Amino acid sequence: MQDFSNLLDRLIYTRSRNDKLGLISAYLKKAPDPDRGWVLAALTGELDFPTVKASAVRNMAMERVDETLFRLSRDFVGDTAETVALIWSEQTDKSVVGIPTVGEIVDELASVTRADAPILLANFMDRMGSNERYALLKLATGGMRVGVSARLAKKAFAQAFDMSVEDVEEVWHALEPPYSELFSWGEGQADRPDLTGVPFFRPFMLAHPLEDRKVDLADYAAEWKWDGIRIQIVGTGQETRLFSRGGDDITRSFPDVSKAFAAVGVLDGELLVRGEYQGGEAASFNALQQRLGRKKVSAKMQNDYPAFVRLYDILFDGENDLRERSWIDRRSTLETFVPKLNTKRFDISTILDARDFDHLSEIRDCARDAAIEGVMLKRKDSPYISGRKTGLWYKWKRDPLVADCVMMYAQRGSGKRSSFYSDYTFGCWTEDGELFPVGKAYSGFTDDELRMLDRFVRQHTLNRFGPVREVEKTMVLEVAFDSVHESKRHKSGLAMRFPRISRIRTDKPAEEADRVETLKKMIS
Amino acid sequence: MGMVKSSHWIEPHPHGIYVKPADAWIDPSRAVSRALVTHGHADHARGGHEKVWATPETLAIMNLRYGTNEGQPVPYGEGIELGGVKISYHSAGHVLGSAQILMEYQGERVVATGDYKRRADPTCAPFEVIPCDIFITEATFGLPVFKHPSTDVEIQKLLSAKKAHPERCILVGAYALGKAQRVIGELRAAGYNDTIYLHGALEKMCKLYGELGVDLGDIQPVMETEKEVMRGQIILAPPSALNDRWSRRLPDPVTAMASGWMRVRQRARQRNVELPIIMSDHADWDELTQTIKDVSPTETWVTHGREDALVHWCALNQIKAKALELVGREEEDD
Repeated sequence: MQDFSNLLDRLIYTRSRNDKLGLISAYLKKAPDPDRGWVLAALTGELDFPTVKASAVRNMAMERVDETLFRLSRDFVGDTAETVALIWSEQTDKSVVGIPTVGEIVDELASVTRADAPILLANFMDRMGSNERYALLKLATGGMRVGVSARLAKKAFAQAFDMSVEDVEEVWHALEPPYSELFSWGEGQADRPDLTGVPFFRPFMLAHPLEDRKVDLADYAAEWKWDGIRIQIVGTGQETRLFSRGGDDITRSFPDVSKAFAAVGVLDGELLVRGEYQGGEAASFNALQQRLGRKKVSAKMQNDYPAFVRLYDILFDGENDLRERSWIDRRSTLETFVPKLNTKRFDISTILDARDFDHLSEIRDCARDAAIEGVMLKRKDSPYISGRKTGLWYKWKRDPLVADCVMMYAQRGSGKRSSFYSDYTFGCWTEDGELFPVGKAYSGFTDDELRMLDRFVRQHTLNRFGPVREVEKTMVLEVAFDSVHESKRHKSGLAMRFPRISRIRTDKPAEEADRVETLKKMIS
Repeated sequence: MGMVKSSHWIEPHPHGIYVKPADAWIDPSRAVSRALVTHGHADHARGGHEKVWATPETLAIMNLRYGTNEGQPVPYGEGIELGGVKISYHSAGHVLGSAQILMEYQGERVVATGDYKRRADPTCAPFEVIPCDIFITEATFGLPVFKHPSTDVEIQKLLSAKKAHPERCILVGAYALGKAQRVIGELRAAGYNDTIYLHGALEKMCKLYGELGVDLGDIQPVMETEKEVMRGQIILAPPSALNDRWSRRLPDPVTAMASGWMRVRQRARQRNVELPIIMSDHADWDELTQTIKDVSPTETWVTHGREDALVHWCALNQIKAKALELVGREEEDD
């Protein structure tokens, strides 16, 4: 456990990606099984203890610490696990029983009941120092927050055993923690794990934002970027699974889609919801959200929010791997593949017929379908490669809408921004000259701007409500957002989708900020 | 929490604590005619007062920083009288010359701590417990998450980093007054006798400490040192210089910072620190609460820092307390 907690601490304070890779791969080489496998699962976000949740950590802390003192501390630290690890009273006789290993901890966390989880955690905590306590709680509740993506962790594994990350990713999703076959393969003690007949996830190909680039449509094909959930369909003939972008298996949330797919192959597409919900952009996304979180989906849910997939690409036709082929080849395979599928659940993404780039720009500007997020540009000769590779695929989102709003409340952020007032609620003026909140944003500004806004909040506080401060209504923020829709959440009756601060308008008097009426006209 | 009445002769204001019969302010944040200053940090000692009473060391520090005030020196344990108030200065253990100010008037005793800590510090006199009726305490680290680890452990972290990186250098961010000298002093106390290199902004204060009798051993300016010589060595700089162009002249520095805030990981990350050294010149939570128990006043007033939590703790322990909201001290440097 000490090795793991040292690793975590060093990762937190290490800025360079290469150094992080070095630290993780050194750990993976040296640590014993099964500890290193569990740690790899923790770093890739694949460790989950269903009966040990953040509430268990909180409840455990409440047994030992005054609630107000805990709340104030949590507000300052910005992270529950760290707060509990720091606030815990050290036991003097902790060395007697000894610090448990990662393997022992995982075994017990996996079998504990919900009711016993706080007691089990507390017993572990009493045997540890503050750094191990932190590592324990991170391990138990997930979300390491050490600036290591799942891909980086896999890369570190590849580096440790002198393999390519693509080889690791290829087998990754067919294996389960603590990945003993993977380590044996890495160490040369076993063959590559056998994956025949296993429906597993292949890493997605992703796009870079187009930004100010222009591309030649002789080389690139354009299609709509739909505002749903990117999914991969993997069918073996016996079984079909659906995976989200991160490789999470979401088959159970969408039985209507998985049951309708009996073919053999791997396809890439956008999961959308049909019906009236598709009319409103935000509603359609909300509808998807409704379904996404659920482990079991009722018939009513399937009926109210019928899902379908708009197909973009094909990775495997039967057993035939097409990923090395050009996009144009794959597209023609896709065009013959899709008509064989259930038309209620599957259709093909249309290719946009644009004369040239400027024409495409016009088409993009005129798109008023709320479920369209923008345009995708794909190089016609591009193979299907995992991750983002410059020059192959671009996403070109619709320009955001903007409004000038007035900051009303601020709240402290968490993580890197703990102690900074970084979450802002802002409003627009009503006809009667009152400010009504229209949204909340916590991104879009630089670190320097954050310091400036934080200073503004501290120096212009009118009221404090726990962690929230009400501020003088003088700071105008230009807010960019993808769309606005009706909502009961805010007094204004409006809610923004993806709001972020695009500019700080210190030059603008608050009275000149936008009106709620103006926003209402932007409802799509 | 019961009602706490302000004493009739001592008034908390946003800009400082006013001692009415003496017509004097404690650590005022704006220029006044009569100031009682606890210690030399900028948020307590400002320039421009007409008259200043402080310890001789604090006056020397203020003279170095502001170059103006002569001031009235009041050594530890000695007293003066202003408008019928007996005023004396007692060591606070925070930095060289730091004092708690004890005021006695019509049989009532009030102590204002300024900033303080309870741990040993080779560069200043230790905190003294002064019994009183009203205890005005700081609360910079007034949350139970703040428990400063043992100084030895933290100094060993520095020394092992130095050992582990003979090709690099260990660059330690430390505030110019107090922390920088303490880090040097603690290293010396741990038996470290190599040259320690200093950023220009730390030189004058270290020299003044030397003149005031605090021996810091062999210290040299970075400015006058070849890059190669500093490989594997310890270098001190003010925190603002850590990620500054200045540090480019150093051989591949491991960035460390010595501060009580380093206890919170995300804080250290915000500072881009690779090697957090948790070392504070303020009392941690256990020391704050222990001090209130030791002093055992009738009332506790809590100033700058996380007043809410300490006042709440007092309520839980049936101790009368209230928070004073002083301006300009939201986040104390440490």
